[in-house]
Amino acid sequence: MVEAINMAHAWEMAHDPLVVVLGEDVGANGGVFRATAGLQQRFGAVRVQDSPLAEGLIAGAAIGMAAQGLKPVAEIQFMGFIYPALDQIASHMARLRNRTRGRLTCPLVLRMPHGGGIHAPEHHSESLETLLCHHPGLRVVCPSSPARAYGLLLAAIRDPDPVIFLEPVRLYRFAKQEVADDGQALPIGDCFVLRPGNDLTLVTWGAMTVDSLKAAEQVAAEGVSCEVIDVGTLSPIDFETILDSVVKTGRLLIVHEAPRTVGLGAEIAATVAEEALYDLQGPIRRVTGYDTIMPLYRLEYDYIPGVARIVDGIRTTLAD
Amino acid sequence: MSSGTVVARFEIPYRGCLASDGTLCGPLPAFAEDTELLQRLYRGMVRARVFDTKAVNLQRTGKLGTYPSCLGHEATHVGVGAAMRAEDVLFTVYREVGTKFWRGVDMLDVLLYWGGDERGAVYRRNPQDFPFCVPIGSQMPHAAGAALAFQIRGEARCALVFIGDGGTSQGAFYEALNLAGAKALPLVCVIVNNRWAISVPVSAQTAAQTLAQKAIAAGIPALQVDGNDVLIVRESVGEALERARRGGGPTVIEALTYRLSDHTTSDDATRYRSASEVEAAQRIEPIARMRSFLEARGLWSEAQEQSLRRECSEAVETAVKQYLATPKQSTDSMFDYLYAQLPPGLRAQREDARRYAALRP
Repeated sequence: MVEAINMAHAWEMAHDPLVVVLGEDVGANGGVFRATAGLQQRFGAVRVQDSPLAEGLIAGAAIGMAAQGLKPVAEIQFMGFIYPALDQIASHMARLRNRTRGRLTCPLVLRMPHGGGIHAPEHHSESLETLLCHHPGLRVVCPSSPARAYGLLLAAIRDPDPVIFLEPVRLYRFAKQEVADDGQALPIGDCFVLRPGNDLTLVTWGAMTVDSLKAAEQVAAEGVSCEVIDVGTLSPIDFETILDSVVKTGRLLIVHEAPRTVGLGAEIAATVAEEALYDLQGPIRRVTGYDTIMPLYRLEYDYIPGVARIVDGIRTTLAD
Repeated sequence: MSSGTVVARFEIPYRGCLASDGTLCGPLPAFAEDTELLQRLYRGMVRARVFDTKAVNLQRTGKLGTYPSCLGHEATHVGVGAAMRAEDVLFTVYREVGTKFWRGVDMLDVLLYWGGDERGAVYRRNPQDFPFCVPIGSQMPHAAGAALAFQIRGEARCALVFIGDGGTSQGAFYEALNLAGAKALPLVCVIVNNRWAISVPVSAQTAAQTLAQKAIAAGIPALQVDGNDVLIVRESVGEALERARRGGGPTVIEALTYRLSDHTTSDDATRYRSASEVEAAQRIEPIARMRSFLEARGLWSEAQEQSLRRECSEAVETAVKQYLATPKQSTDSMFDYLYAQLPPGLRAQREDARRYAALRP
């Protein structure tokens, strides 16, 4: 998937001179995951700039650049380091269009790795999408495959508003797929129905999509037909696709890696309960990360929901 | 290198021109030959003060929200405005109406903003300047980003960013200066040292001898100026901007002034500072000295003063009338500027807000 992200950068930089890249180690080093590898060599050190080591500055400077008409694509090295940038994201990035009644805008992308599973050190494996989805004015996007990473990143760069782009670290190297470098964007704001089914709706995003598809495949052998929906854009969220599916299946299981309490799954469950309670044949269930600190890596797969927990979640949801 | 060798030194020069009685205490800048400009600087300061007095009164009579007075800061604010070019971009805190007016922002805009209406940030004649910035220090990275954009595009433009004495305690202040220094950005930062961050004096804010010297750590030249002297502010900021425009990199200028007012209309400064201190500051305030200077040179008369005061009052009254006659925005406006296009999921909330708005008298 990291190659697809790199390819999307290169495509858009080649076709739009306003696109510039900034972040820690994005230049000669090509980013710690190599998402920006080769970009500085190809597009020069003016358009691909290493930033000083300050996340708040990266987010804040990107706002100033975007308001000046550039299209910055800025990298935060790990999502666990997002906190110093939250002031800029919440106080300015999300609000600039609104507080100037559209006079100044923020067409930028803030990319960052999301989640755990690659034996990284402390603070390198967090799933903090809830912090960002709570802020109107932002789009929060989380691709679940190389093709969707390519298409959604292109869409994010072309979007007239700020997009937080969460890249599941487990998929950087493990997700392999041929992706056509054709400059075709995918729609931001739409869910992706990855597997049609009739018995249960499984809503998920990011790296958990891969495990959810495996779980759906496993229960298919038992004759259970799961509809797997990759939310794709976490905010603003496409509830229409989710509700249509729940009306059809009558069952809903939500799977996410982030902690359970006030996770995005709670919002999805609440909305489905408000809009489609009488279409449900049983309680909505969630399989999520625990309400614990993300453990150091020896225990990270004890924290991250695996296929077994998702399969059990499917069975429990169907049994009620 | 032997142990004990001094490996770095720095100096912070101080500059002033007009003493508090309007006589000269330093060389007069070359632009002082332009007597029309001298009068404009004075007019700009008086205009800001007349507006400010009215704004405070409007708040006291319940016609304006919380308002941060600019009383005493007029020389710094106007001097900066006069030093900038139209194509430069301004990043302020929330007090700099003198700079805003100089750059074409309407009095009506400022009243609307503090009167609770986002349309006060739609600067019709100044499409690129940023609006007031309330979270302290957070404007600094925006200015650095804009300066980086100018540098990337090879434009001879500058970002001018204000910050207060309290703001220099924020990480964003240093982060932005650090970037500006590392990349030699066309950025000029004016620290408005008005001695008080609400109730905290500079002496409690930092042990640094000057705020200007905080720039030294970022490798940026810095100086301290008399912020109550519009001539030296105009001159020093102008020089810094020209240097930045030519690729000479950033400058930090600490302007020493004094907040003669409460922090905002919600504050009561008598709780934390003495009347004698304020009286002493009153004696060195910026407007009287500039008037004395102009009068001594035969460039200003009582008749001109009367006419200016009348003109400013009329402009303010016109703006106030427009402000009070401006109907509030539609409820839709809460939703319509969140994104370029309203996300479908928000349509129902917009409808809901509309419905309840219609029910209110």
